[in-house]
Parts: sequence; C-alpha cells; structure tokens
Amino acid sequence: MSITREEVAHLARLSRLAIGEDELDRFAGQLDVIIAAVARVQEVAADGIPPTTHAVPVTNVFRDDTVVPPLGAAAALSQAPAAEQGRFRVPRILAED
Amino acid sequence: MSGELTRLTAAGIAASVAAGEVSAVEVTRAHLDRIAAVDDCVHAFLHVAADGALRAARAVDDRRAAGEPLGPLAGVPLALKDVFTTADMPTTCGSRMLAGWQPPYDATITRRLRRAGIVLLGKTNMDEFAMGSSTETSAFGPSRNPWDLSRVPGGSSGGSAAAVAAFEAPLAIGTDTGGSIRQPGAVCGIVGVKPTYGGSSRYGLVAFASSLDTPGPLARTVLDAALLHEAMSGHDPCDSTSVDAPVPPVVAAARHADVSGLRIGVVTELNGEGYQPGVIARFTEAVELLESLGAKIAEISCPHFGYALPAYYLIAPSECSSNLARFDAMRYGLRVGDDGTRSAEEVMSLTRAAGFGAEVKRRIMLGTYALSSGYYDAYYGKAQQVRTLITRDFDTAFEQVDVLVSPATPTTAFPIGERADDPMAMYLADLCTIPSNLAGNAAISVPCGLAPDDRLPVGLQIMAPVLADDRMYRVSAAVEAALDQRRGHPLLDEANGLGEARPDGARPGEARPGEAGPGKAGPGEARAGGEAGR
Repeated sequence: MSITREEVAHLARLSRLAIGEDELDRFAGQLDVIIAAVARVQEVAADGIPPTTHAVPVTNVFRDDTVVPPLGAAAALSQAPAAEQGRFRVPRILAED
Repeated sequence: MSGELTRLTAAGIAASVAAGEVSAVEVTRAHLDRIAAVDDCVHAFLHVAADGALRAARAVDDRRAAGEPLGPLAGVPLALKDVFTTADMPTTCGSRMLAGWQPPYDATITRRLRRAGIVLLGKTNMDEFAMGSSTETSAFGPSRNPWDLSRVPGGSSGGSAAAVAAFEAPLAIGTDTGGSIRQPGAVCGIVGVKPTYGGSSRYGLVAFASSLDTPGPLARTVLDAALLHEAMSGHDPCDSTSVDAPVPPVVAAARHADVSGLRIGVVTELNGEGYQPGVIARFTEAVELLESLGAKIAEISCPHFGYALPAYYLIAPSECSSNLARFDAMRYGLRVGDDGTRSAEEVMSLTRAAGFGAEVKRRIMLGTYALSSGYYDAYYGKAQQVRTLITRDFDTAFEQVDVLVSPATPTTAFPIGERADDPMAMYLADLCTIPSNLAGNAAISVPCGLAPDDRLPVGLQIMAPVLADDRMYRVSAAVEAALDQRRGHPLLDEANGLGEARPDGARPGEARPGEAGPGKAGPGEARAGGEAGR
C-alpha cells in the first residue's frame, strides 16, 4: 500500500505539526518508502509470541516517600516562553465561538 | 607540553594529577586550548564551558592539596552529549526547539561525573533529539570526522566521538538507542560502549525512545572506557527502569585482557551483502586474531536479526512520537505564532513545525502512523513480537557461546551529504547495532584497524549477555593490546584529517623535535577549515 498526500496531512494534524503544502509531497514519498521497508516485520511468523515492551523485565518499583526540596516556582518558570502572575501564560485554549 | 597533555589517556591524566606531576587546571587548559585550535574544523562542541571547567579543575587541585582522597578519574576532562541536563550549561539536543534552554537541574549522570571530580568541558553536537547516524540532522550543523573532515563522524553521538578522536577530550558520554555510541565510535576509530539497558541512569536524559535509550562511555582506550563506565553507572532511584544490581566489574575485566578458552560466536546474519569489503576484511582478521589468542570460535545463526532494523524503525518512532509530545510550546522551549489571535493548539502546531527538523518530523509521523488504530497490530504490535524473537535468538546463542561478534557498522564513515536525503540509506548504518538495543544486552565497538579500501577506521562489535558487560571489556582489551602491539602505536596516531598523523608511531608523551604542535594549524588543517564553511 502507498501513503497518500492526504494521509500525511492527517498524520501531521494528529502529530500537531503545521507542515507546509510543499513538504507534504516530500514526506509522502519518504514515508511510503520507509513504511514499505518496516512492513517486513509482517513476514515473521509470530503467532502466539508475546510482545516485548521493554528491554529488561519491568516491575513495580517502590522507594521511601522522602520529602525533598521542590524545584520552586521561580526556577520552573525561568525558561517559560511566557509567564504571568507566577504562572505559565498560554494562548487561549477554547474556540472563540 | 600542553599539546602533549591532550594525547594522554584518562587513566594517565588521573595518575599524573593524583601524583602531583601536573595540575587539573593545566590539563583542563590544554584541552580548552586544543578545542580553540581545532573545533572550528571538527565542530564537536555546541557549548564550551571554559570558566566552569577551570573552576571544577581548581576544586580537584584544592582537594588534592588538602590531602583528600581523589577518585580514579578526578581531574580528567570530559565532553558531555547535549542531551543530558546541566544546571550550568544550555541543553539543546541539537534542536531549534531547545536552542538556549537552560535546564533547572542536573541529570543523574551529570551529577555523578561532577562528584567524581571529572571536569565537564562542554556539550557536544548530536543528531536532533538523537535521531540520526551522522550528526547531519543537528540544527546547528554537522560535526566532522577527524580522520577525514569531508566525512561524517557517525551519530547520533557524533560530536562526542569526534571530540575524543580529535584529542579535544580524553573521555565523552553519549547515548545509544540504536547504535548511537557504537557506530560513531567505530567510524571515528575509538571505543564506544552501550552498557546493559538500565545499567546507566536515564534521569535528566531528554527521552527519545525510553525502552531503548542507554547512556554510555566513549574513550580512546578500553581501560578508559571501563573507568568511565564504573564512574557513571549504578542504581538510580530517580529512574524506575534503573537496574538495582552491582555494576559489572568492567575495570578489572579491561585489565584482564585474556580470551583463552572463551567461546566466541560469529553472527551469520551480520555479514555478506551490503557490507563493505574492507570492513569484512578487517573483521575477519580480528576473528582470526581472537582465535590465535586462544578463543574458541563458532559460527552462530540468529535467524531474526534480519528483522531487527524494521522492528526498530517501528518501535523507536512510536516511542518518539509519544515522548516528543512534551514539546508543546507551553512550559519551556520555543514558542512561535503567539500573537493573541491563535489558539493554544495552533501555536503548538506552528511551533513544532518551526522547531523540529525533517528527520524528527518524519519519525513523529511514522510513530503516529504505527500507533494508529487499524495499523497498531500490523506494525507496532508485530514489531514488539519480533523484539521477543530477537531476545530469544540472543538467549539461544548465549547458551552456546560467551560473547557474539560482528562488524560494528556495515561501512566506514560516509561522505557528508551522501545519505542526508535518503532516510532508508541512513537507517542502514545501524544494521549491526540495533539487535542489542532491542534485547537490552551489553555491546561495545573497539577499533580493529583501517579498511584497506579507504583507509578509514573499522569497529569490531562484541555483544555480551545482560549484566555481563565485563565479558566484552575482556575481549576488547585483548584485541586492543594485540593490535597495538602488532602496529607499534595506537591507531589514532594515523588519523590525518587535521594534518597531524604520526606515521612513525610516536607514543603519546614523546614529542619529536621540530614537530608542529597540535595547537598550530598544519597545511591540512588550513585547507580543511576553508572547506568547512558552516
């Protein structure tokens, strides 16, 4: 199967990437080649094989609930693109209408 | 004299500092001078912290003067990949998204290095968010290979590898997600180590693919790599995937360069078509060398290794698409288009389009595709099953042999620009290294000579079982000692990208009369500088 320009535009929307019209064709061609190559995993007979999600077995990890000094608001905000009244200032999150 | 200090090993520097033969400040100055002299050509560093480095060196000298005990690497300079947070230096990950970002805290590894008295010279260039095999995806321009400045130093930890190979630092730290330490180590002619997953902390490492990311050392000798391995490793309660077990005895193993009786398996699948003849020639010789040193060689088939690359390029992009969602333009990093009319979502999308380069965008979209409902089972789910089969291949192999060997890379360093517009060609650089990332076991690349067809370095990869990191150090040290003895000088003496080859094999520390010091630009260097044109 091949990846269409429209599918790339959809993936870009899901990925929150405002990519330009000119980039769509280039990414479509490249993603098509890459997806065709990685689809080779489907050749492997893997019925009944459990998936591995992590390189080494992961179990719940517990530690003592020790109080340590927090980062502090000033340090947390020091690299913010915009801050106001000791908080992160963000663009509007609701539609205008 | 100061030029020769940069030729010393880390172990040699630490011993000289501890003995009071040289001060840590002198050592640090020599490396800062070296960086000033050659980094315009090499471009290994994104940030050089001269003042901070000299302060840290002075602290080591003060501790020595006060009679305090010093650690085994105290006073040794190090180049840190720009993916670890540093409270006193910017951390950019080679991305416009984080240009100028000043983290409010140190990564665990950063903190451990400082505590060991290791002197942080600065932060090294890398492929953007560690996605790439050449440093060409860095938003700040590529680094260059000290063997040939027209070629890539590998990646993603290419700046770290180039810094060590160019004698700008005796030690560096990189991260290896699909080969990003071993591949640049191999093509720059130095030692690169991917420890067992979880053996080195990820806390404060900006995440690319969390189930694969592994910090590790780069050095010019196997012993130096082992010393750094021990200094940086160990359980970290801040990283929930950190292994709560003793660090394998890698320094003792590096000093025990003996392979007699060791069973070594040559992986059938990591050879043949697609491999450069000069790489295979040197690899085959290295295997013969190991046999002559008393190792028992067997050929071992790992039938699913051929599917490691496609599985990796589904798993890593899937994890990346999730991890990089944090770059949302709200709390740190770049924000564009916030003009009061646009919504948060519009600002987010514009920022991510402006802040990420093409490779990062490709991988985010590829991961988003692989995780989409309707495709999940056929792509991501299948890749995870292949991951299980690759781990089983390793398990079966390690029932028959103690370690596995292969070339570290299919080819030597390729020319800058050659693969930049062909993602699949670039991905093939990680062909041999990926299986150990998927299975989480330890693996190393150690130099095994120059390819006869292009006179560029070739790496021998040695793979050991999970938490048996010491075994690969033992094999590497034996290969290194035998090849150095046969050659009569370290391989890096032959590097001539900066016009400084020492063809008659002068040993470090023995300055020859009339020799142009490394600080002075030789003719080759001047020409290369003209070509660099960043």
